[in-house]
Amino acid sequence: MTEPLRPAPLRTEENDGFWSAAAEGRLAVQRCDACGRWQHPPRAMCPACHATALSFVDVAGTGEVYSWSLLHHPQHPSFSYPVVAVLVTLDEGPRILSNLVGVEPAEVRVGLPVQVTFAPTAEGDVPVFAVRELS
Amino acid sequence: MNGSASIVGVGATEFSKDAGRSETRLAAEAIVAALADAGLTTDDVDGLVSFTVDPVEETELVRSLGIPAVRWSSRIPYGGGGSQGMFQHAAAAVLSGAAETVVVYRACRSRSGKRFGRARVAPEPVSGHSGTTAMQWATPFGVLTPASWMSFESTRYMHETGTTSADFGRAVVQFRAYAATNPAAYFAERPITLDDHQNSRWIAEPAIRLFDCCQETDGAVAMVVTTADRAADTPAPVEIAAAASVALFEEEVASNHYRPDLTRFDGAAAVGESLFRTAGIERSDVDVAMIYDAFTPMFFLQLEALGFCGHGEAKDFVADGHLGPTGDLPCNTNGGLIGEAYIHGMNLTLEAVRQLRGQSPNQLADPHVALVSAGRTGVVLRR
Repeated sequence: MTEPLRPAPLRTEENDGFWSAAAEGRLAVQRCDACGRWQHPPRAMCPACHATALSFVDVAGTGEVYSWSLLHHPQHPSFSYPVVAVLVTLDEGPRILSNLVGVEPAEVRVGLPVQVTFAPTAEGDVPVFAVRELS
Repeated sequence: MNGSASIVGVGATEFSKDAGRSETRLAAEAIVAALADAGLTTDDVDGLVSFTVDPVEETELVRSLGIPAVRWSSRIPYGGGGSQGMFQHAAAAVLSGAAETVVVYRACRSRSGKRFGRARVAPEPVSGHSGTTAMQWATPFGVLTPASWMSFESTRYMHETGTTSADFGRAVVQFRAYAATNPAAYFAERPITLDDHQNSRWIAEPAIRLFDCCQETDGAVAMVVTTADRAADTPAPVEIAAAASVALFEEEVASNHYRPDLTRFDGAAAVGESLFRTAGIERSDVDVAMIYDAFTPMFFLQLEALGFCGHGEAKDFVADGHLGPTGDLPCNTNGGLIGEAYIHGMNLTLEAVRQLRGQSPNQLADPHVALVSAGRTGVVLRR
């Protein structure tokens, strides 16, 4: 059975750099060129220093699960259920909403170390996460 | 603000799963009922307030009602979380003199029309100024509904406080008991046990079961607001003792995923502080509270943020029976959004007015102060 294909993200002027990087297999988060503040979701201006020079900078792609949820209902044909949804706190600080893949739903918990990977949509990959084995 | 404003009339349509008529007609029917309740007519109305997400076109509404002149109107952002902000807008308008008599209304067909709880994958960038960016950040990950957006703060809250699904269920059992004796409620005559709650299917595990979810409802609620001076000539006025709205940095409605600590509803705490200060009351003065129960965990977070109990203590407050008719804080006496209906928070305010007027289906003994919290906005009503 083939996996259903996720819907493509909505591109806006503010978020395009995030999704474009993901489509190239990179997790890049917006950072202020002037004061170095990491921020997600991306925005039009740095709220700390009001600089408009903002760049999408590659991050390590590692972090841990801040919260999670197993979504059972309602169901949409674009996904397999339960959807394992997570909020991940990246090592650089920002929090990002995504999925945990390749995991038994019963094993999901707060604090789980994770590593970014990517999953296809109709228009380019999006970042998802897998459990990171600690060495 | 100097002086005060009052709610002088309330009106509603029936609450159903299929109204069989347009939102514009539902709004018009509720407004006519609210004006009749106040002893006023459309000739008295010169201001209108609704939600940015309300589908009713004001021009069509005025055309149907025959309001001679609208001198002031506004719409509040943030969806149901902003609902009580309508009273802040209306009070500001009548106290500033911008308008004399303002009608606030909300009409929806959230069951037979565009269902609130449906799984949608066509993303919208700002979703009608509802205060959520969830669409663009959640859609590719299957996080498609309000319950799923709000499940993250709920799970984290359970993790940090040891609260369980059964703890949530005890509040729902009380809401359903109130709904059971409210003829207008969807769940009229259908109380549940804790086992029933625990046997209802998962929507978003481990926080939200089916019975933790508010209704999807067709219907409309309208109210009439004017100055306390003019209210003195109406049959059953209720004073808006305080109205507050607080939108904190990085705190979104529904998709609240980016505040540092998601287990604390900081915006609701700020709303509560403002309400108690402005109304000049203590928490113990509140005789009845109507708290936005879109999903049970959100009720718990507000109960704590408003200061009725400490962080992580809502489960004990609920288990001790304080939400019931003889408790310290009777809550959601119409059955709430879970048990009665979901008119985006407006039916909570409606019940607060009914309690203060002695017209509730679950009437408390002589309440004088009612608090309504929608999280990001709230009011204190007094008679």
